[in-house]
Amino acid sequence: MALTGLEIYKLLPRTNCKECGQPTCLAFAMQLAAGKASLEKCPYVTEETKEALGAASAPPIALVKVGVGEGVLEVGNETVLFRHDKRFEHPTGIAIAVPDNLGPEELGARVEAINGLNFDRVGQMHSVDLVALENVSGDVAAFAKAAKLVGEKTSLALILISEDPKAMEEALKETAGAKPLLYAATSENYEKMAALAKQHDTALAVKGQNLDTLADLVAKVTAAGVKQLVLDTGAREANQVLGDQTQLRRQALKRFRPFGYPSITFAKSPDPVARVVEAGVHIAKYAGIVVLDTVDRAEILPLVTLRLNIYTDPQKPIAVEPKVYEIGAATGNSPLYVTTNFSLSYFCVAGDVEASRVPGYILTVDTDGTSVLTAWAAGKFTPEKIAAALSESGAADKVAHRKVIIPGGVAVLSGKLQELSGWEVLVGPRESAGIPAFLKQFWS
Amino acid sequence: MAVTIAKERWSSKCLEVALGSGPKQIKVGGETTLPFLHFEGETPNAPVVALEIFDAQPQEWPDFLSSVYEGVLGDPAAWAKKCVEYGADLVALHLSRTHPDQGDASPEDAAAVAADVAAAIDVPLIVLGCGVDEKDAAVLPEVANALAGKNCLLGCASQENYKSIVAGCIAGGHAVIASSPLDINLAKQLNILITEMNLETDRIIIDPSIGGLGYGLEYAYSIIERMRTGALMGDKMLAMPVVLLVGQEAWKTKEAKTPDTPDWGEQRKRAILWEVATATSLIHAGGHIAVVRHPESLKHIKEHIAKMMKPQAY
Repeated sequence: MALTGLEIYKLLPRTNCKECGQPTCLAFAMQLAAGKASLEKCPYVTEETKEALGAASAPPIALVKVGVGEGVLEVGNETVLFRHDKRFEHPTGIAIAVPDNLGPEELGARVEAINGLNFDRVGQMHSVDLVALENVSGDVAAFAKAAKLVGEKTSLALILISEDPKAMEEALKETAGAKPLLYAATSENYEKMAALAKQHDTALAVKGQNLDTLADLVAKVTAAGVKQLVLDTGAREANQVLGDQTQLRRQALKRFRPFGYPSITFAKSPDPVARVVEAGVHIAKYAGIVVLDTVDRAEILPLVTLRLNIYTDPQKPIAVEPKVYEIGAATGNSPLYVTTNFSLSYFCVAGDVEASRVPGYILTVDTDGTSVLTAWAAGKFTPEKIAAALSESGAADKVAHRKVIIPGGVAVLSGKLQELSGWEVLVGPRESAGIPAFLKQFWS
Repeated sequence: MAVTIAKERWSSKCLEVALGSGPKQIKVGGETTLPFLHFEGETPNAPVVALEIFDAQPQEWPDFLSSVYEGVLGDPAAWAKKCVEYGADLVALHLSRTHPDQGDASPEDAAAVAADVAAAIDVPLIVLGCGVDEKDAAVLPEVANALAGKNCLLGCASQENYKSIVAGCIAGGHAVIASSPLDINLAKQLNILITEMNLETDRIIIDPSIGGLGYGLEYAYSIIERMRTGALMGDKMLAMPVVLLVGQEAWKTKEAKTPDTPDWGEQRKRAILWEVATATSLIHAGGHIAVVRHPESLKHIKEHIAKMMKPQAY
């Protein structure tokens, strides 16, 4: 556990020399505890203190980097078991498997397909993160050749999957600069794999048969000097993966050091639905990287979407840009709805406007991403703000009429808004699901 | 190195609720741990899956959904039977025709349909109103009366209309769905109000109002997780099983409705995955009853649950 300011204070020289820039050692200790200062600022700190503080301030799960440049993937640094306790920090990396026994053209096409697994969601691109090359051929030269080709064809991070150190060594000659993740060190090969990871400064996956053998192997590999690890408990059945991933996270948070690294899981069922469902469970339940064997866009879309949902910071409402959105082929006579720029509010209204089959405009008012009732209660969704948004957003140029529909929950705003804006204010339904029915009745 | 398995010591458990009667009666809840963590506690009942049917011909369903119910879409009792054939643990009858804008069917009408459906099946029946508070308050007590003694699950009761619905459930011997808008405190408050009417706590199922995948799923996910941990820590007013009304959320998403495209792939596969992934994610958060529409979704969710019900090897 992290130390408190007072605990840190006891480890400091307590001379109040001010050389760290703080008035007293206690003030410095408080800054350290809050993570706002670094220990190097103190010129007199002892080696023992450094070690004690260093160990205590290290995150329970190490941050591991795979790849280089734009394609670099960071996983780990997680601090909680439930996203509502704080947030999940680094979204699960999605890796797509590629066998090394494909012909060059087929291999190239597969990598191209993986490169193209990008999906736009309200202006943000969401993609897969890694290409996982598997040494299914069992052949050293074929693996190295395929690694070279994959490395040339993608800027995504790589995973090299082979338990044969010779194959790994040859493939690394082609791809070491790309800092791939080496998968995997096992009880049979860990000395050679650890040496390769050290030599090329890459992350190394460690594969046990269960939690016990994994902990043993991690101890050996870290003793060999490898610090960037990714853990595989060996589980492949959905129930066991859930149990193991839960154990890894719980043990890491309890500071069981051998499990203080991100994990890797495999969802390689031949049944498309089963593999998506299981990969989804891995994403929600703690996997650092999940490997799948599909490039079907209909399978990847739900997974990147689920990852986006689960890794959203629950303390930070997601906002959409405050502006006028066009739903369908809206014209000058289309209805104009007002809501807040809380993304869920916008999505609900947009979905239900779409469901009404009447094209329309949605004006989202900047409420710092809070919902209609929350924003209203906080004075962020006021007649003044809505009137200003109506005139500044260009809504008046989009529609020929001067009618605006406001959420039923804030009907109380209508009089003042009408007065301020000069627009006729229609009070819409309390829930956006009522929009289609509302239109039938009040819009012709 | 022998790793000591980390187990939480929970002090309490989820409430167990029985629905239906006879050999096909179903029990949900009763867990003494988080979802599927068998090394830590008991999961006496697996999560269950219901197929959703309507009292009116559905509009705007894609072919690959309506075709699996070909010939029965206009006949709720036959449709319900078909769902049982597909392996549904329960059938959820949605009384959409009672909606003031969709036919405004009378409470008596609705009750007759519900009675027909109940007579046609031996699995437990869920009856869902149209979602308009006042109308549901009038319809559901009538339904409760017509189904008296069949131990159905009726809903949704909201803060606005729970009184008449709960009274109906007490009189007819049914369980009630208590629905609140994505807010754990409101959910708890409604459960308190309902128990104050002397409905037993094990006659309540919570509907936390879920969002579909990509449409606010994470809010429901965290609320359900918090309900489960709350239940295990002894909060009796959060300990009721959770129902996930997945079908209505999944099938209205753009991802389920958009035809085959090069960017999003095949619609059929995508839409079913949307429904399945929404359901399984929320089951892993702590949901107990998933209500879905496509029999293939039902099959996949049940297969996944069966896998997850196997114990971990420790």
